[in-house]
Amino acid sequence: MWKYLTRLFYRFASPPHVYRLAGRLTPWLMLPGAVLIVLGSWKGLFLAPEDYQQGDAFRIIYVHVPSAYLSQMAYMLMATAGAIGLIWRIKLAHAVAVSAAPLGAAFAFLTLATGAIWGRPMWGTWFEWADPRMMSSLVLLFLYFGYMALRAAIDDLAKADKASAMLAMVGVVNVIVVRYSVEWWSSLHQGQTLLTDRGPRMSEGMLAPLLINLLGFTLLFSGWLLRRVRTEVLLRERRASWVGKMVAAEGAGA
Amino acid sequence: MLNPLFFCAMVVVLFPLAVGPERNSLLLSGPGVLWVAALLALLLSLNKLFLSDLEDGSLEQLLVSPQPLPLIVLGKTLAHWLTSGVPLVAVSPLLAISYQMPGNVIGTLMLTLLLGTVVLSLLGAIGAALTVGLHHPTALLSLLVLPLAMPVLILGANTVSLAAGDERYTPGLWALAAYAVAALSLAPFAAAAALRVTNE
Repeated sequence: MWKYLTRLFYRFASPPHVYRLAGRLTPWLMLPGAVLIVLGSWKGLFLAPEDYQQGDAFRIIYVHVPSAYLSQMAYMLMATAGAIGLIWRIKLAHAVAVSAAPLGAAFAFLTLATGAIWGRPMWGTWFEWADPRMMSSLVLLFLYFGYMALRAAIDDLAKADKASAMLAMVGVVNVIVVRYSVEWWSSLHQGQTLLTDRGPRMSEGMLAPLLINLLGFTLLFSGWLLRRVRTEVLLRERRASWVGKMVAAEGAGA
Repeated sequence: MLNPLFFCAMVVVLFPLAVGPERNSLLLSGPGVLWVAALLALLLSLNKLFLSDLEDGSLEQLLVSPQPLPLIVLGKTLAHWLTSGVPLVAVSPLLAISYQMPGNVIGTLMLTLLLGTVVLSLLGAIGAALTVGLHHPTALLSLLVLPLAMPVLILGANTVSLAAGDERYTPGLWALAAYAVAALSLAPFAAAAALRVTNE
């Protein structure tokens, strides 16, 4: 069993194998993802009932919640892949970590933007400093920027991989600490009931589109990630023989 | 070595010129301004932490020495703290008086700064280890270290504000102390690992 697992592990560490597998999987993730997002957004925007307190404004959650979830997922993925790359010295894991960073940053930005647009009519403020979730989203965005800036500053690829993986791992601890410190801070400010009382639990008609969109966004993200991983693998392996053979074969076929 | 100190004093002096000299606004903004100034001043001195060692080659000797690297890093970081953190703490009462801070609050301010600067030096050591030897590290270093420093700033500045408002502030002090202990025991390992990565 263990032997089988390690074999599987090393198979996934082989760039040509992953390049082909990712190429085959990408359309199967992107297409259902796009269909689900269209379906979920249509259901969410037109069929879901109005919220008795927030009216139509609540419908932004169908973008906001999936982005928030994905921005955190992408960071965890980035940090985990980085740790795998550091511990087992698998270069492919670093390729995955690098590919996840811009996507995660985009989703973190989308989370903040939709949150601000939503917060303006609901809480009367674009940004609420004492809300732990908002502050951790903002810090997450900064951590993504730091990660990408550190990579950009180091010329040597192997060094950039390892240094940025270290930074990503330190950042995981930081996000947790920021969250609790802001919670302590916001408990000093009285009268934040608007932020904690988020209205009633969701009804089924509201929840279904959200779940559909969550799945759709996740699939789309995975497809996107695999596309980026393929590009990254090609870039890193451009001098490897399998890339040369593949390009030659494609040139002959065309 | 004194430059960060002057920088901190200058930042503290600039704020009332921009915000206005009213006694109440100074009282309210004092803890925050002093803390931000201390944070920026420390940040300024961080990129020198390993730079001179890299330039004269002694960093390589430290890396191959039989002593445990995290211990060496801890020693270097504490030296950094003694030369840039502690002077800031020592000067802070003077700056606090100029912000009309009452005497009993100044003690709390010094205590939070004492604990907070330890954490900042240690977190900064991780950033400095990751960026040592890069061409223009200062801006990058701030981008890496400032998000890590946010919890310290929240805890430090707000504990002083609570003390100034005659509220219970000891939980903030304990949290800062806990953070300092955690940073003392974990950050040297992270910084040592980062040094190995950037200097192999």
